[in-house]
Amino acid sequence: MTIEKRSSAFEYAPAPESRSVVDIAPSYGLFIDGEFTEAADGKVFKTVSPSTEEVLSEVARAGAADVDRAVKAARRAFEKWSALPGSERAKYLFRIARIIQERSRELAVLETLDNGKPIKETRDADLPLVAAHFFYYAGWADKLDHAGFGADPRPLGVAGQVIPWNFPLLMLAWKIAPALATGNTVVLKPAETTPLSALFFADICRQAGLPRGVVNILPGYGDTGAALVEHPDVNKVAFTGSTAVGKAIARQVAGTDKKVTLELGGKGANIVFDDAPIDQAVEGVVTGIFFNQGQVCCAGSRLLVQESIHDELLDSLKRRLSTLRLGDPLDKNTDIGAINSAEQLARISSLVERGEAEGAERWSPSCELPSAGYWFAPTLFTNVTQAHTVARDEIFGPVLSVLTFRTPDEAVAKANNSQYGLSAGIWTEKGSRILAVASKLRAGVIWSNTFNKFDPTSPFGGYKESGYGREGGRHGLEAYLDV
Amino acid sequence: MSDKPKNTQKAKQAGQTKQTKQAEQAEQAEPRRLGVFKTYKLYVGGKFPRSESGRVYEVTDSQGTWLANAPRASRKDARDAVVAARKAFGGWSGATAYNRGQVLYRVAEMLEGRRDQFVREVADADGTSKSKAALQVDAAIDRWVWYAGWTDKIAQVVGGGNPVAGPYFNLSSPEPTGVVTVLAPQESSFLGLVSVLAPVIATGNTAVVIASEKAPLPALSLGEVLATSDVPGGVVNILTGGTAEIAAPLAAHQDVNAIDLAGADEALAKDLEIAAADNLKRVVRPQSVDYFATPGIEGLTAFLETKTVWHPTGALGASGSSY
Repeated sequence: MTIEKRSSAFEYAPAPESRSVVDIAPSYGLFIDGEFTEAADGKVFKTVSPSTEEVLSEVARAGAADVDRAVKAARRAFEKWSALPGSERAKYLFRIARIIQERSRELAVLETLDNGKPIKETRDADLPLVAAHFFYYAGWADKLDHAGFGADPRPLGVAGQVIPWNFPLLMLAWKIAPALATGNTVVLKPAETTPLSALFFADICRQAGLPRGVVNILPGYGDTGAALVEHPDVNKVAFTGSTAVGKAIARQVAGTDKKVTLELGGKGANIVFDDAPIDQAVEGVVTGIFFNQGQVCCAGSRLLVQESIHDELLDSLKRRLSTLRLGDPLDKNTDIGAINSAEQLARISSLVERGEAEGAERWSPSCELPSAGYWFAPTLFTNVTQAHTVARDEIFGPVLSVLTFRTPDEAVAKANNSQYGLSAGIWTEKGSRILAVASKLRAGVIWSNTFNKFDPTSPFGGYKESGYGREGGRHGLEAYLDV
Repeated sequence: MSDKPKNTQKAKQAGQTKQTKQAEQAEQAEPRRLGVFKTYKLYVGGKFPRSESGRVYEVTDSQGTWLANAPRASRKDARDAVVAARKAFGGWSGATAYNRGQVLYRVAEMLEGRRDQFVREVADADGTSKSKAALQVDAAIDRWVWYAGWTDKIAQVVGGGNPVAGPYFNLSSPEPTGVVTVLAPQESSFLGLVSVLAPVIATGNTAVVIASEKAPLPALSLGEVLATSDVPGGVVNILTGGTAEIAAPLAAHQDVNAIDLAGADEALAKDLEIAAADNLKRVVRPQSVDYFATPGIEGLTAFLETKTVWHPTGALGASGSSY
């Protein structure tokens, strides 16, 4: 492993965002039928700040009995909620969107504390998108007749939703906004390492005057999610998370009439052709894999670079990586925050060690890691072949594997050589080449001369083992309608 | 002046025995205090000018009681309004659909806060009860919410990718047509007005509105709401006065792209449609509409153009390349 020294001529002064804008209670309950309540068996768990390992709060842990209670509450609420005119449902969602905007600073700090991601990202990416999703789907609630799913599309009923820890509030918005707009009611399980923003969202539902039982939040572990998915009175299952769990869910719901959408893992290829604008491509590659510490299912974790520009691109890339700032996620200058959990850090470390053992060349910029918390320096692997583990497995961390190609056909073949098919990037000045390559790639989202762009109007989802169904846009409605 | 509305005489007579509506309301609120009348002004380019003509006309309620003097806009006012609307078009049509949606929703928020004022004005203007006026105002507020949601969806519903035969990829997407003149319905001073105006600006057009001739006051108050709702100046311009007098130069105006004739009677509509043919304006003829019913998307699509963009998809192999 090579360590290069970073120039320290112009260091940044710390610019920490204030923690005082968020008031975290010492303990939180489950949110069922409009009220916070303890778990039936009294179980709790602690949620920690990944950047300091400080315990933020103690949260009730939902068991099967709580799941049943929440599903029953959602079922009771469904009758009235689905019968409400769409225009009234729309107004509830618009209210939620507005309150999220009003409280976005508080929520951004909360999310950074609980997840470990930089405040820059929660403030400028997560929160604006969360509000935008509620705004977008609010507008669909009274327009479903025009959405192309028949004249009078009906909701499915109770939606059981299980979301991951990498974008806790954004994934909540992706799931809850379309569910409510279409008239479904919701039982949502946030991830065990990041339950807080979902519980704050429960308070937003209260402020918005949302009827009881329409949204229920059940923090818990995998067993809670499993109980929710297999509950006989759940009509729709929505899951975002690992491919392994996605497959387990697909098996679980087999033989039932539950409608399922799965947003699973990825091993996105970022393909850089020799005519690409290098600086722009480098920025895109960096965004593609180091945004949110690489803990992104659509991350561009494989860089496919045309052989003739390999050295030039790698020099630029290493230079750029040397300017990334790793540290306190609440500091507004921070680019790379903490890894979400000790468990995830261990997974990343073991895969990276395997990469080294298999002969790939590892490189990181000079980077001091804080003593407390879970940290991993941005990492590059060169001399990677398609057979290497780091080129095949999803690492879900700030680790980029670099491969080369000579012809567009070879780029396409290598990009498609994956069990996954979620995202890809194409970097070239030629529009026709963008479209030619895009048409051959087996991936659900393809970014041209950009990467990791999201918008509530745009469908998102994967091919192959990256899952099925689409979220976002007009397409995202279908998952929650009986069509 | 010979072109004064016929009921002026009646209003004057009534005025001798009965207090004016504004004074009456002010006295009800605070008997010992002399009420402050409101000078109603046009809304053009984000400002509130008096009419260039210096003329006003008397507006009365259904009993003939004097309500206020409304500006009687001239053809110069109409031309100024088109200039303002054209100037605002680039910024408004170039704003993201999401942004436009937020602004339209903001209009609903502002109206909600002034609900009582509008209920009073609409009851006077349309000669209905407060409770019926309240239904109109509520429906109008909800209409802004409905169109706020459409801004970022209409392109998905009416646009799309086309499966062309050949190595090309093409996308059709709607674009606003430009400056739209709207003759607001005569009989529904507020809900009707909002129903024809909101879809025009939701899609990125800018508007020159001619308010209901008989009942122009709610429209002028709406201008005050728009001015405080993040709607950029010039996006909506509101004129009051003689519908036929103002509409004629606008229908013939070479820098107006479309005209909604909702507020024109049969004879006027025909004349205006003929005038509009000169620069092939998009014309929406008057039709009977239940303004309480949930609107379809016709109001949106009437003022949209469809643009189709082609791009070669290229080929990957050494042969047959179309790069």
